[in-house]
Amino acid sequence: MIEFFEALQTVPLIRYALIAGIFSSLSFGVMGSFVVTRRIGYIAAAIAHSSLGGIGAAIYFSRKYDLEWLTPMGGALVAALISALIIGMISLRAKEREDTIIGGVWATGMATGLLFMHFAPGRGVNLESYIFGNILLTSQADVIAAAVLSLVVLSVTLLFYHKLVAVCFDEEFSRLRGINSGGYFLLLLVLISISIVLLVGLTGIILAIALIVLPAATASRFNKQLWKIMVSSVVLTLIYTVFGLAFSFVSETPTGPVIVLIAALVYGVSLSRK
Amino acid sequence: MTDIVRFENVSHRYGKTKTLDEVSFTVEKDESLCIIGPNGGGKSTMLKLILGLIEPKSGKIEVLGTTPENARSRIGYVPQSIQFDTLFPVSALDIVLMGRLHLLRFGRFSKKCHAIAEDSLARVGLESISKSPFAELSGGQRQRVLIARALACEPELMLLDEPTANIDLSVEAQFMDTLKSLRDIMTVLLVTHDLDVISEVGDSALCVNRRVHRHSIPLSPATVQEIYSGSLRLEHDRKVRHQTGDHTGCDHD
Repeated sequence: MIEFFEALQTVPLIRYALIAGIFSSLSFGVMGSFVVTRRIGYIAAAIAHSSLGGIGAAIYFSRKYDLEWLTPMGGALVAALISALIIGMISLRAKEREDTIIGGVWATGMATGLLFMHFAPGRGVNLESYIFGNILLTSQADVIAAAVLSLVVLSVTLLFYHKLVAVCFDEEFSRLRGINSGGYFLLLLVLISISIVLLVGLTGIILAIALIVLPAATASRFNKQLWKIMVSSVVLTLIYTVFGLAFSFVSETPTGPVIVLIAALVYGVSLSRK
Repeated sequence: MTDIVRFENVSHRYGKTKTLDEVSFTVEKDESLCIIGPNGGGKSTMLKLILGLIEPKSGKIEVLGTTPENARSRIGYVPQSIQFDTLFPVSALDIVLMGRLHLLRFGRFSKKCHAIAEDSLARVGLESISKSPFAELSGGQRQRVLIARALACEPELMLLDEPTANIDLSVEAQFMDTLKSLRDIMTVLLVTHDLDVISEVGDSALCVNRRVHRHSIPLSPATVQEIYSGSLRLEHDRKVRHQTGDHTGCDHD
């Protein structure tokens, strides 16, 4: 473990990954609590997977037209937001079955990403990094992005906490009290999308859902107030992220799976307790 | 007398099914009206029309002297408690505070809102469980929390959708008192199948079955039989009375 702390001082990449992880834990914990209690895990999973479309597109266009500013993270963010709005609008307005839309957006996003990556000029794309996470992808810019985006997620949640909770609990009554229920549901999905994109570097798009859902699910077994679930879930996510990074560094194992397995283990233990 | 609710030749249909056909009636101030009738007869449609959640195909609806949509903020609405996710992590007080949402822009609820919410909980006899999670409340307590939430809206008109549907009334005698206390302070419209509620709370009953018909209370057995087109409901009612020691209608000594 001492090696890990030494590496933190000498290897910038490890430091970036840790700081980005700490910042993003704040938004994972808070948004994860909404995902679990509002029961929209599948929407979150669809948003996470479909962000591959944006990653692929960003890689394709940045290479083809030499656009350095167009990063995979940026592409992921745009794709996640688009997916969130599509799923949200259709489930609010159209009479289509929600799970059908979720499945459709999920696969369409991934298919788009894979095709873009296939046609991207230059050397091959390391698909595995995006799917399962690769902390070596974390740059200084990502750390700043994580800090800013987490701050946005936290401030918006603090400002509109009661309205978001009310819309999650009773959409119809909130509408009757003059609240734009649909708008707040979409806002929630947007905040969830931002949080998910922050996870791409750490756990990758496939494992992201675990770190969104498991800490909040564990926290909700011992707390019956949403804000308490949020606080506990942020603390749990911080512990998993820091410990997972350290453990994976020392044992030379991939970070994402280690973090997810720790989270799953603790959740499993929590299930066995009342 | 001011009309609190006025329906003029209102028709409504879902797809090809006509739910309400040229319906006209009025509800006067401080009246307590039970909306009764068979399932699928249009009772819920009527509540949704009053709340402005759906539009009529034809006819005119006036609520509190204005359109349903404009009147919304002055209506307290109590849905059925069964439709909620009981695992959702909110306390009784959190839910009641939702009745003050229209006054909240962002951040926290004001002290005044907290005071009104706590007072509303006290009015339904639940001040001691304000911090309890929704998940740990009984069916009757949940329904009373929803009534407190509607009271926190400081409404002029109260709409309740089958408030006793998921409650064992022999356990929840206090629930009936809560309903009766509402009747004393404002205009109440409640959808119900419960003959006890009709006789205890209602001034009159509006039978909805595509068309409407007003009945005086107490309902005659013949009316009940006609409305529910069967004796099942009467028999159920007799059994409930029998268990509580009232043997009216029983054929034993």
